[in-house]
Amino acid sequence: MSAARGGSAMRLRGLLRKEFLQIVRDPSSIAIAFLMPVFLLALFGYGVSLDAEDVPIALVQDAPSRDGADFLASLRGTPSFAPRDAASMAEAERLLREGTVSGIVRVPADFPRRLREASGAPVQVVVSGVDANTARLVQGYVEGAWGNWLAARAARQGQEAATPVDLQPRTWFNGELRSRNYLVPGLVAIIMTLIGALLTALVMAREWERGTMEALMVTPASMTEVLLGKLGAYFVLGTGGMLLSVAMAVWLFEVPLRGSFWVLWACSSLFLLAALGMGLTISTLARSQFVAGQVAIIATFLPAFLLSGFIFDIGAMPPVVQAITHVVVARYFVAIVQTLFLAGDVWAVIVPNAAALAIMAAAFLAITWRKSRKRLD
Amino acid sequence: MWRRILALVRKEFLALLKDPKSRLVLVVPPLVQLLVFGYAATFDLRQVPIAVLDEDRSAASRELLAAFGAGTTFVKVAELGSAAEIAPLVDRRRVLAVIRVGPRFADDLLSGRPAPVQVVIDGRNSNTAMVALGYVRSTVERFNAGWRASRGLAAPPARLEMRAWFNPNLESRWFFIPGIVGMLTLVVTMLVTALTVAREREQGTFDQLLVTPLRPGEILLGKALPGFVIGILQATLIMVVARAWFGVPFLGSLAAFYAGLALFLLSGVGAGLLISSLSATQQQGLLGAFLFMVPAVILSGFATPIANMPEAVQLVTYADPLRYFLIVLRRVFLEGAGFALVADQLWPMAVIGAVTMSLASWLFRHRMY
Repeated sequence: MSAARGGSAMRLRGLLRKEFLQIVRDPSSIAIAFLMPVFLLALFGYGVSLDAEDVPIALVQDAPSRDGADFLASLRGTPSFAPRDAASMAEAERLLREGTVSGIVRVPADFPRRLREASGAPVQVVVSGVDANTARLVQGYVEGAWGNWLAARAARQGQEAATPVDLQPRTWFNGELRSRNYLVPGLVAIIMTLIGALLTALVMAREWERGTMEALMVTPASMTEVLLGKLGAYFVLGTGGMLLSVAMAVWLFEVPLRGSFWVLWACSSLFLLAALGMGLTISTLARSQFVAGQVAIIATFLPAFLLSGFIFDIGAMPPVVQAITHVVVARYFVAIVQTLFLAGDVWAVIVPNAAALAIMAAAFLAITWRKSRKRLD
Repeated sequence: MWRRILALVRKEFLALLKDPKSRLVLVVPPLVQLLVFGYAATFDLRQVPIAVLDEDRSAASRELLAAFGAGTTFVKVAELGSAAEIAPLVDRRRVLAVIRVGPRFADDLLSGRPAPVQVVIDGRNSNTAMVALGYVRSTVERFNAGWRASRGLAAPPARLEMRAWFNPNLESRWFFIPGIVGMLTLVVTMLVTALTVAREREQGTFDQLLVTPLRPGEILLGKALPGFVIGILQATLIMVVARAWFGVPFLGSLAAFYAGLALFLLSGVGAGLLISSLSATQQQGLLGAFLFMVPAVILSGFATPIANMPEAVQLVTYADPLRYFLIVLRRVFLEGAGFALVADQLWPMAVIGAVTMSLASWLFRHRMY
């Protein structure tokens, strides 16, 4: 019995050695595991941001007045806007249509007169609604400047601002609302999904296609050992890539890591098993590298990008789509990393998501194992 | 010559469609993905889960909090008894925001002082936090206006009149669905082209192809046409679904749409074939496809505006064909653009297409193993 187990350990070592030799021989796997996370994370970490600064807007005064200039001055001082003056509304509309500016703030000619009337003076704000999110931000920034102007004006006249309810927002976990703080941990999850699947999506299909799987079958190594050999080798590579990504997130992009590193390590390992398992499953079911490659392109990137909660809030999706997101591996890991990085070790978030990762990893590996046992056909 | 190319095109289509798994992969996922992603891709929130903490328990505070219960924007998940209950709820993501009304709320409000109301927001997803905060703010703003009107208080001396062009209700879905049309088209071209040459290389049939009378340019044409045809068909289908199912307006000219699509396919197919002809194995082809597709999507301005990127990254986006196609799509769908308004986006795609196609054709001949 012990001799058999010793034999198994020896066979496994041999298989691992074979996998590593194959990896070293075709450097594209090493490139996938180490260069790709560095390259993608550097590019996206800097490139992906939802914080709009210096939004170009056009300012229009139909008739120059001191009150009008005073109001527009409140928009000039902020880092949110890069304002430019337009001579007329027609010119401002042309700029908006061309996309040179994202919004227009127009002070009508009767602004000073109506400022003293009970109904108040209207100020027109026009935004381009094509990018609805940026449009909302612009509206919010203008509202903020408007509120400040009202308060300053009231103070100058010795009154208190007439706001009945004064809203005081407190943002937890991400005080400055820096979008990079949540996008970078999510990017780590997405990039590692791709890498896990890319590493393994073709390996089983390649063995089948080239006939080397049949050669492996006649050796004493069992199918379980073959699979363990593959999983072990790529797991080591993937862990390396994961460590690199986390290091970049913390030191290059200065995302605070408030949770424990070891919890992150454990969850990452579970996630890697699931991602590698998904690749192995694709590879095993497809049996041809061409189809496996096609499936990997379709099934990994876009679902991880759009359905993981990386950028689009899962809670805002319709229930049917929310149900579909449960089969996306990245979803669970995105929830874990966003919480681990920004909030800390919140077990109520981590435990269920980690359990889901474990279940998915087990399911993928079980499918691979079952389907691989079938002998020659 | 055309007979030869036609024969090659026929062979390529057979290679793509003969395998039932491969056939399935080409037809079903794009439609399913459009439906799923179309619903998933939005920054608008529905039924934001909130909790309220009323330390005042006055008629005024109840009136304010009732405003959050009305409508479908918010769902009141819990009414808290003390401030200590806030942290566990927010930490666990049970609620996105907590509205906290302090004990002197009614006193302040009735005596004309600004009455502070605290709102605690989960900032883990800063964009969601900002959108939710906007909803809270407009609810409070409505309450303020109602309060002023019922007490005969003076309105603020100036007010903002907001209007949004092209998308009056600021539905972010209108922004994303044209983008999804572009993304799925890119994925399809990658599917069809990125692995074809690599597969023939790996199996050795590419050498056979090179010794036939076909010239490299003809091989290129034969390899490119299936991607082109499938791309046009799928994009048309997806565009129709985007309009009929999701009700995204299509205001511009069809000619501008197809001109943009054709040039985008040219550059996408060119990039795919270039990747494919650079790779010796399908594994490398797949890697190349991802290395092109993932940055092309993330830096295209699909979800995060290009204007927010640093200068250096903005320069990189000029090489991204999807960047131009997305602008064309949004202008044609939402702004009602004709040919003239998208012309400045068309030529860069033509340049990218010409460069990648000629490189791929050159590599056919000069990269041998």
